[in-house]
Amino acid sequence: MTPLRLVGLTKEFRLGWGRRRVRVVDRLDLEVNRGEIFGFLGHNGAGKTTTIKLLLGLLTPTAGTAWILDRPITDVAVKQAVGFLPESPYFYEYLTAEEFLAFYGQLFGLSGQHLARKVDELLEMVGMTDARRLPLRKFSKGMLQRVGLAQALINDPQLVILDEPMSGLDPIGRREVRDIILHLKDQGKTIFFSTHILPDVEMICDRVGILVRGRLRSVGAIQELVGAAAVTSIEVIVEGLSDIGAREAERLGGTVVRRGPQVMITIQDETTVAALLDVVRRHAGRLVSLVPHKRSLEDLFLREVEAGRT
Amino acid sequence: MNRIRVIAWNTFRETVRDKILYNLVFFALLMIGSAVLLRNLSMGEQGKIIKDIGLAGINLFGVLIAIFVGISLVSKEIETRTIYSVIAKPIHRCEFILGRYSGLVLTLFMNAAIMASGFFLTLFFCGVEIDPALLEAVGLIVVELLVITSAAVMFSTFTTPILSATFSVALYVIGHLTDDLRVLGGKLQNGLTKEILDGLYYALPNLEYFNVKGQAVYGAAIEPFYLVSAVAYGVTYCAVVLILACVIFQRREFR
Repeated sequence: MTPLRLVGLTKEFRLGWGRRRVRVVDRLDLEVNRGEIFGFLGHNGAGKTTTIKLLLGLLTPTAGTAWILDRPITDVAVKQAVGFLPESPYFYEYLTAEEFLAFYGQLFGLSGQHLARKVDELLEMVGMTDARRLPLRKFSKGMLQRVGLAQALINDPQLVILDEPMSGLDPIGRREVRDIILHLKDQGKTIFFSTHILPDVEMICDRVGILVRGRLRSVGAIQELVGAAAVTSIEVIVEGLSDIGAREAERLGGTVVRRGPQVMITIQDETTVAALLDVVRRHAGRLVSLVPHKRSLEDLFLREVEAGRT
Repeated sequence: MNRIRVIAWNTFRETVRDKILYNLVFFALLMIGSAVLLRNLSMGEQGKIIKDIGLAGINLFGVLIAIFVGISLVSKEIETRTIYSVIAKPIHRCEFILGRYSGLVLTLFMNAAIMASGFFLTLFFCGVEIDPALLEAVGLIVVELLVITSAAVMFSTFTTPILSATFSVALYVIGHLTDDLRVLGGKLQNGLTKEILDGLYYALPNLEYFNVKGQAVYGAAIEPFYLVSAVAYGVTYCAVVLILACVIFQRREFR
């Protein structure tokens, strides 16, 4: 059973007085595998939230379709197995945390002891047990995000869709959300989350998709996309290297920058490392560090965004 | 059905936690109570003054609650985006509309009961006879409120809260003048204008149908058939408007 499959999913809006058509999501083809954490990356306005709204029935596709757990998204019953956290948590602020979770649980048909147990369990999981009787209007953004995450899990969903779950959170809050996502993966759930916070994606995602101006530019495992062994440059820092040694390093193709007693040499070609180290040794230099720089997800993301815009 | 009940209960909880509602009920009771003071200003028929002001207070504040709470129930959800997490659940949009409407109906019943209790207590303490027709008049006010609420909910499925309120107030005013539309249409020679006025007469709710306050104040009995047909008309009108609200809301896009 495929948790999520998009085929040619397209959304156009009509804007302005002239009812000009603007394509916000453009022929998306995508499959999310069972049990994986899928990062849906994109710059602001790339179409991430619109895609998620299409999946959840908040918008109707202009063309194409999608399936959740092998059932069309137009089938309302399929949402029984889906958990959703909207971007920026807007919830009923007159409800207390436990009333809030109970309300969503009841929409899934939960009741009685089972519902009460589930509410307790989730409040504990997101660390909100002490605030269970506080109305949501008194919650900070981080607290709302956590309780919002709890409501997304009230039905024990097979597919969890999170729209920018880390946005606006401090580093501690982000780590907590990351831990919860990893915990969900351990439970066998599939997580599809949109974000533009790349370090989080690199840390937890099995695969990513990069969306630029509504079009999916790349899909795959991060290692695959950035290239596992693709070293882009090597940064060598040495101490006590004479000027003659520095000039020799330059002749090898390195860029030399002197900072007090230290010299930083950057070379692009891995094969010259041995020759460079030989120069350092011959000119009485002392190696401080040697750091190979690989292409990062950020590089890839920026490149894709740039390519998508031109 | 269960989901409609869950949403209705949540709506009821939302409205009873809203301070605006208490303010309106407070002023309604104040108005009904103030009739006791005003009766001293009139010569004779002191009971009539209390009945007039009491029924008018229940009607006026009931309409204010129906319109201002009614429009906020759907359009506020869209504006504050709380609707996103609800529509993302296994719920049909029509269930959402019916749940919101049912919750507001519960609130209206509760408020009408409070205001009517205040009214009847005032009559009792002033030694004015409580005629069954007064209860029937209050009952038909509640039916009128149900009709206005259904329209307020329908308007709020496709427009902003301010426009919804404007449309609802306009509907309330025109709804009490539909008979005049027909009379006016009868006097016109122009066929098209006459047909438009006739169309409006049938499309707009005839809210005067629910107005038996005059009879009730004088203690005149209200025909059981009239009561039943007025209730049937009100319920049918609500059903049609809610179906329309569901159809519009089904097509609504949440950008």
